[in-house]
Order: sequence, then C-alpha cells, then structure tokens
Amino acid sequence: MSLLELGGVTRTVELPDDEPLHILRGVDLRLEVGDHVSIVGRSGSGKSTLLNILGLLDNPTSGTVLFDGVDVRSLSSRRRDLMRGADVGFIFQQFNLLQGRTALENVMLPLLYARGRDFWRRGELALAMLDRVGLAARASSMPEKLSGGEQQRVAIARALVRRPRLILADEPTGALDVETGATVMALLDEVAEDSGAALVTITHDVNVAALARQHYRLDRGVLSPVDVQRVIAVAGAGATL
Amino acid sequence: MSGIWGALNEAWQELRIHRTRVLLSLIGVAVAVAAITATVGLGSIARQAQMEVQEAQSGRPATIVFWASRTDGQAIEADRLREAFMAVAERYSIEYASMDYMMQQQVQLPDGALMVESRAVEPIFGEMHRVQTVEGEWFTEAHAAMLAPAVIINEVLWERLGSPDLRTHPTLELLGGTDRVAVITGVVRAEPWQREMNTGYLYMLADDYRSIVDPAMLANVYPNLEVWVPDDQAQAVQDVVVRDLRAALGENATVDAGRNDWGAWPQDPFLIMQLFVAGVAALVLLLGALGLVNISLVTLRQRIREIGIRRSFGATSGRVFFAVLLESVVGTIAAGAAGVVLAILIVRNDWLLGMMGIGSVDAPAFPVEAAVLGMACAVGTGAVAGLLPALFAMRVKVIDAIRF
Repeated sequence: MSLLELGGVTRTVELPDDEPLHILRGVDLRLEVGDHVSIVGRSGSGKSTLLNILGLLDNPTSGTVLFDGVDVRSLSSRRRDLMRGADVGFIFQQFNLLQGRTALENVMLPLLYARGRDFWRRGELALAMLDRVGLAARASSMPEKLSGGEQQRVAIARALVRRPRLILADEPTGALDVETGATVMALLDEVAEDSGAALVTITHDVNVAALARQHYRLDRGVLSPVDVQRVIAVAGAGATL
Repeated sequence: MSGIWGALNEAWQELRIHRTRVLLSLIGVAVAVAAITATVGLGSIARQAQMEVQEAQSGRPATIVFWASRTDGQAIEADRLREAFMAVAERYSIEYASMDYMMQQQVQLPDGALMVESRAVEPIFGEMHRVQTVEGEWFTEAHAAMLAPAVIINEVLWERLGSPDLRTHPTLELLGGTDRVAVITGVVRAEPWQREMNTGYLYMLADDYRSIVDPAMLANVYPNLEVWVPDDQAQAVQDVVVRDLRAALGENATVDAGRNDWGAWPQDPFLIMQLFVAGVAALVLLLGALGLVNISLVTLRQRIREIGIRRSFGATSGRVFFAVLLESVVGTIAAGAAGVVLAILIVRNDWLLGMMGIGSVDAPAFPVEAAVLGMACAVGTGAVAGLLPALFAMRVKVIDAIRF
C-alpha cells in the first residue's frame, strides 16, 4: 500500500465571471515511504495547489487522494487536521517561522499538537532536532537574529520534529543564495533519508530538482515525468523550468 | 489533558510576546473589576458593620419591643409592669426576654459628678444584643447575687476613671436616689460618636436599678420589654404578647409593640448606592471588553499567517478557537486578579473605612464573595471578548493564510 496515492485529481475554481479555471487536470501520483520526488513548474502551473492537496490542506474537485489507503475526502476536517499534524511536515519558501518565539519554541510548535510523551517531552525533542540540523547553540535565538540559511534549517527541524512520513518542501531554497540553498538542500535530503520519510520538493530550480530521485513537471495542471539531467545537459545548470 | 495544557501554553506565549499590547488593553478590565469588587466589598463591609452597630443598639432579628403606659399617659407602677411582662414571657417560654430601662444616671468621677446615658437590663440582654466587652465580662447570674451592684461602663467612662485594672475591683459611685457604690465588672467599646462627644455610658442590672433608684423617679420611667424570637414567629409572638399584656394590665393601660432591628427595615440602605456604582463599573467593564475585542481583532488580522502555520502543523480549527479564546480569558484572569488586589487595598484603606465610620480594627474581613464576583466578571469578560476573535481565527482558510 502506498503512503499517498493521487488518482485522476482535478482542481477547478470558478472565476468571478463564472468561467471555470482548471488548475489541476487528472493528476496521478504515487508516493512510497523513502521516496524523494521533485515537481518543477512555472509560476501558475498549479504547484502550490498540488502541494495543498498532498498536504491535506485542500480537497480535489474530483479524483481520489488515498493516504495510507484511506480516502482523505471521507475524513472529517478534524481527523484530517490530526492526520496532517502527525504525518506531514511542511517547509515553506519564506521559512514562516513565528516571530517573537525562539528557534527552540518554533521547533516545539508542532509538538504542541501532539499527544502523550511527544507533547510532554517537546522541549527535549525539539532541542535534539535543532542539534540534528546543527543549531543547538542557537536554540534561544529569535528568528530575526538568524541568517536565511539558519532560519530554513530551523524550519527543517520544525517540519521533522514529529517524525512525519511525508515532508513537503515548497521552494525551500527560493529565498536563499545558491551556495546556502545547496547546503540546506543537502541537509534536508540527508535528514529526510535518515527519518525514512517521503520528501516532495516543489521548485523551479533544476539543480534543486536534480537532487531528487524522481522528477515530475507540472504544466498547466498536467503532471508528467521529466528527465531533469537531460534538461541540465541541454540548457545548462542555470536553467529553470 | 495535553490539549488543554497545550492551548494554555499557546495562550500564555501569545500574551508574553504581546505583553505591552495586552497590558494596555487590559487596564480597563482591571479597573472595572477593581471597581465592581470594591463596591461589593465596601457594601458588604458597611452593611456588616452597620448590622453589628444596629444589633448592639436595637437587637438581633427579630427583637420585639413592648411598651405600656396608662391611658392618661402616666407610667404604670414598675413592679406591676415587670410582673406582667415577665409572666407573659414565661407563659410562652420566651427564653430571650429582658426588661430594658433607659435613663440618665449621675456618677461621681474624680473630677466631679457626671450625668451619663444608662441602661438597666437582664443578663440575657448581652446575648440578645451581641454586647462584647473589651475588658472584664458581661453580666452573669453571679453578678445579680453580688451585694454591691455591678456596672459595665464604656471606654470613655473607663478612661475618665484612669483605666483601672478590673482585677482590682474598681468602683463607681452612683449618685441620686440611694447613693450606692457599684463594682465595675466590664468595659465595652465606645461607639465612634461616644468617643467624639466624650460621652460616658453604663449598663446595670434591672433589679439593681430598681433597688437603688429614687421611687419618685421610678414612677416616671417607662421601661420596655424586649424579646428575641425567630424571625418567622415574630408577628405571632407580638400579637399574643400584646393581647395578653392588655388583658393583664387592664382597661386603663395601653400596650404597644414594634421592631427596630435591621431585619424589619423595608430595604437595604446600601442597595441603591451599590447598584449605582456597580452599574458604572459594569459600563467600564463593557468598554474594557470592547477595547479588548477591538485590539484582538486588529491583532488577529496580523496573525493570519501564524494561524495558517499552526493549522498546517496539525492545529484543528477547534484548537485554534480554544487557544484564541484562552488568550483573552488568561489575560482577563490576570487583569481580574490585579483588580481584586487593588480592590482589597482600597477597601482595607484606613482613611476610607474612617469615612464610613468603621474602625480598621472593627472592620469585618474582606468578603470572599466580592473577590469571587470580581474574578467571575473578569473570566466572563474574557470569554465574551474572546468569542468574536476566536470565531474569526477558526474560520481562517489555511491555504490562504500561509500565503498571506
């Protein structure tokens, strides 16, 4: 049984003039534990919408989304929220760290919604995860005192602290310079592999996409496999998709 | 359990981070809670203090006073009247019944003779009026058996006598009628007005009074009979005692009765003032709550992204609702606690108590119900003020919020 399986997923919204806008058209995707998938596409191609559906934040207009074999559309909103908290970790382009809270408090955030030992040991677990991303010494630093790379490492620690089975990274290097982006991606890849979670990276940077083992391209709502190495070979390392 | 603790933790973090904003928005709530608590507290203290003064003067509820005179306005012969009074009390097994003579008594002090307000009563009168002595003790049956009359004087008179140690059996010379030397067996606290006017006061036993008073003077004294009965039986007792006294004293006597204890007051004298101040405080509380709602809503608009992030990491909409509501409630609980402390400091202020004619030593303890009411107002305000922002937060769309 796949960790996550999308079958014929479409997402359509109505525009103010009553015209339908088809954001996703018949998307099929199967993710297994330990997979590393990259999805590349231009702005407006539907990447974020697909990420929202993969992260149980949004429902498709049609098609099926099975998480652990369970059709998520049949779940209540609360059940979906709890499933997302336990099994999905998000990494955002703009880091989205909570201001006014230390790095440690930011990493502890997902554990506030956990139960049992994870909840009560949240400080200890968060510190261990910060240590894993090399930031234990900056645990009490506020986000604005951290560099971009450090902030994204805190965001990685936050995404992984509940040991999710699916990590969704939306343009994780989009706000970082090339060198820092490469370092952060290497760390993310390593930490995700260690945890055995599936990692889905959405990006328009082919170099970031190349780090994944499976590559897809989203174009006008249609998801199809792409050979990223060939794109790099043809267009060079600075190519975008 | 972890859910509640987690939500409390979130609320506390939020308050900690935005402490300046929270502090400013909660000042109104704290002031209003202090006003409500102080009003209720002062009202209770004033009522309690006044009740105690009233009970000392007019007896505990229900104290019925009976008085009789001849139809031509002259006093009824003292022994006959006493006999009729006490016979009726005995007939109906009224345990708490006392003759009550109010008169002026001349006493000899080291610096001259002085006329003082006096009251001659039975030993049971002390219990009926909650009379507390500050020195010595109230009359007992043993005092009635003493050869010399026993007197209990107020602090003013005691101090004018040089505050003698009661263990030395100090005496007081009673002038007029048969001059007698009385033994001072107790001292009662002087009322504020007695101290201000330097007025002496003394109690003696009714039997002693009758034995020493000039018979001519006694013929012009109109004693009362006081009885203390359960409140629900007061009217019935009054009716039968009046009826029986009329029968015993004959056609030439007129008998009447009434109540002066606070239980017979038509309404609480502090009620209107308390309602007025509480109304103003409620208005302040409402304004404080509106300020709180306003600031919470404005702040929430800046927190949409944060709510989206929380939701993406597993916070259910219910949890977000609860956490935002708790932020308001935890904040107002802190403000309420500050308000209650402020109210206690105000109410226990010596100057304020003095203005109300209550000595700080005599003032009853701060009423717990006032503090509980203050905290309940604070929690209620927090819950009401937090409801709207919490509903707003709950309805935030996650996918829009994380892009905000």
